[in-house]
Amino acid sequence: MKQYIITALVSNKSGVLTRISGLFARRGYNIGSLNVGSTENPELSRMTIVSEADDATIRQITLQLDKLVDVKKVNVLEQDKSVCRELLILKLRVSPEQRPELESACNIYKAKIIDLSPSSLIAELTGEPNKIDAFINLTAHYGIIELVRTGLTALGRGEF
Amino acid sequence: MQESTTKTLRGAEIIAETLIEQGVTHVFGYPGGYIIDTFDALYLYRDKIKQILTSHEQGACHAADGYARATGKVGVVMSTSGPGATNLVTGIATANMDSVPLVAITGNVPISSLGKDSFQEVDIKGVTMPVTKHNFIVTDVSELADTIREAFKIALSGRPGPVLIDVPKNVQQAVYEFTPAPQVKREPREFTPDGNAEKAAEIISNAKRPLIYAGGGVIISGACEKLREFAEQNDIPVASSMMALGAIPSPHPLFMGMIGMHGSAAVAKALGEADAIIALGARFSDRVAGNPNKFAHNAKIVHIDADAAEVDKVVRSAAHIISDLCPALDYLLGAVKRKSNKAWSERCRELRKIHTLRDSDKPLCPRKLIRGIAAASPDNRIVTTDVGQHQMWTAQSYPFSAPRTFLTSGGLGTMGYGLGAAIGAAVATNDTVTMITGDGSFHMNLNEIPTAVKNKLNIKIFVLDNNVLGMVRQWQTLFYGKRYSSTTLNLPTDYVMLAKAFGAKGFVLERNEDIESTVKAAFETEGTVIVDCRIISDEFVLPMIPPGKSADDIITELEEQK
Repeated sequence: MKQYIITALVSNKSGVLTRISGLFARRGYNIGSLNVGSTENPELSRMTIVSEADDATIRQITLQLDKLVDVKKVNVLEQDKSVCRELLILKLRVSPEQRPELESACNIYKAKIIDLSPSSLIAELTGEPNKIDAFINLTAHYGIIELVRTGLTALGRGEF
Repeated sequence: MQESTTKTLRGAEIIAETLIEQGVTHVFGYPGGYIIDTFDALYLYRDKIKQILTSHEQGACHAADGYARATGKVGVVMSTSGPGATNLVTGIATANMDSVPLVAITGNVPISSLGKDSFQEVDIKGVTMPVTKHNFIVTDVSELADTIREAFKIALSGRPGPVLIDVPKNVQQAVYEFTPAPQVKREPREFTPDGNAEKAAEIISNAKRPLIYAGGGVIISGACEKLREFAEQNDIPVASSMMALGAIPSPHPLFMGMIGMHGSAAVAKALGEADAIIALGARFSDRVAGNPNKFAHNAKIVHIDADAAEVDKVVRSAAHIISDLCPALDYLLGAVKRKSNKAWSERCRELRKIHTLRDSDKPLCPRKLIRGIAAASPDNRIVTTDVGQHQMWTAQSYPFSAPRTFLTSGGLGTMGYGLGAAIGAAVATNDTVTMITGDGSFHMNLNEIPTAVKNKLNIKIFVLDNNVLGMVRQWQTLFYGKRYSSTTLNLPTDYVMLAKAFGAKGFVLERNEDIESTVKAAFETEGTVIVDCRIISDEFVLPMIPPGKSADDIITELEEQK
């Protein structure tokens, strides 16, 4: 089992997400993360799906996706030949005394503090998933109030 | 210019006009509150489109499917929203599993009522998503005609399948311009000669014991003649999946019989001996390759299919060609080095001779009956079945000799498929259709007998009446310690009276001696006929490869039979 990044251009229509997630559920394929966003073409959305599977299964997944009328293009990205990013928004419980220490941690990770309250702050961090994991581990002891991760988005490097 | 033919019409009329433009002459269906406008339009266009009203939407869907399988054209079924739409689901799933081009049009509540749990509202697009090739809900009348055209194209092209179009009532009522367009054409998957194709040709050229495994795709793509030519040119024996029966005439010297769970023992043996399997438009279903790891374990597999996702899905291929079968076979006809495999084809003929099917010694033998029906029928007679023992006996013993003559639910295994399919096929061909069923299956959808009768269809129904759910009982006998849970039907049905009640004619058949005369009487009687063919409860379908096992584990004889 290996982690694969599938990138797909799909019709920007209602029901397309259901169609694709339904295909994964019905055929028992794993979804690690899935995200959808608009593209330069208003008729198309880009979907990035992270899935853990063996080689044969990942081939099946792409071929089955390719059969869907709403899927226009599907590729498996090679991790070393692609740019992969994830966005984290993290709300931490922080007293004013702890804040300087946390600010320096944010600086090292190039995280931005985007909201402050007397007892909490919200930090934003973009990076590869392992960097996000490390930042969460580092800051966890302050007390995580809540967090959200977008899941991976990625593009192949070069002309593709 | 086309502009001059532009008309301003209601959505419902646009549906009718687009269907006519797409060459539709028959619509199977059942009306209701949210499709009433479209049925109203069909009434206005009744000289161009004939409506076939069934007893139930499921029957209508199977009829549209039977129409499509018999002709290769798109079958069209129409129903109202809610229960009308959900009643189509089994029929749509049946068509989906067997790659049948079907367009289902459902009405729905007006857009303003969608999502509010309105009366007879169901999200049929959501419900049918996993069982259609594609589906639509039309929310704007301006998109209606093009959506229907797109649906026909999707249904027919590549690997065919069912497409559903949900049309809310207000879209059927809205007015828009309509301009006729040409009938859409089937777009077969193109063939690209590449390294894979060369490798496939090389494997076949080098094989000493090649075997063709023909699937339903051969019939769908119209490649039967090319298959025959290819087999004959290279002297390659042909095994056929149930879906491909009729693709090559069964008396053909290279035809070996059916492959799979209840396939011929000769094929099972040949699979073990073959050094190359050429799978054509086939998908290695679990009823063919019960144990994919042991399937034809001495052979290299060459897989040719229009659907790329079928390649390596179940069985790993040594070479594959993703293409419609016609151009792929054209390529192989040129690229494969001709040679005679005489020793091997002789061996296969010998296997076929040794492994014959055994007739029952009971008063009425199902196989003798099926052969008797075939003997009284022309080669192009369409036969439909339901699902179970009668289906397997038919597949094994009926000598199918032409494509599109055996209409049966292969992938989904839908009991209750046969009568609707027979109605669709009889409507399509305007000819006599034979239906072979069992008492269990027949009771699922016998509500369509009056549909056959009132449309004056010549459907000859042979009910293999054994009082039990025979195939499940067979499994219970073999694998469940003879615990006959819910398989003893004990139906009190008098089929002759049933026939009479619905305006058909009934016969009873109890002995082998009467097969010829009863079958003759059934075919000579005008209209729909039901023959109650009484067989014992413990006939078995043999040979049988137990589920999950390989061809080496085939059961050809049973203690219980002796």
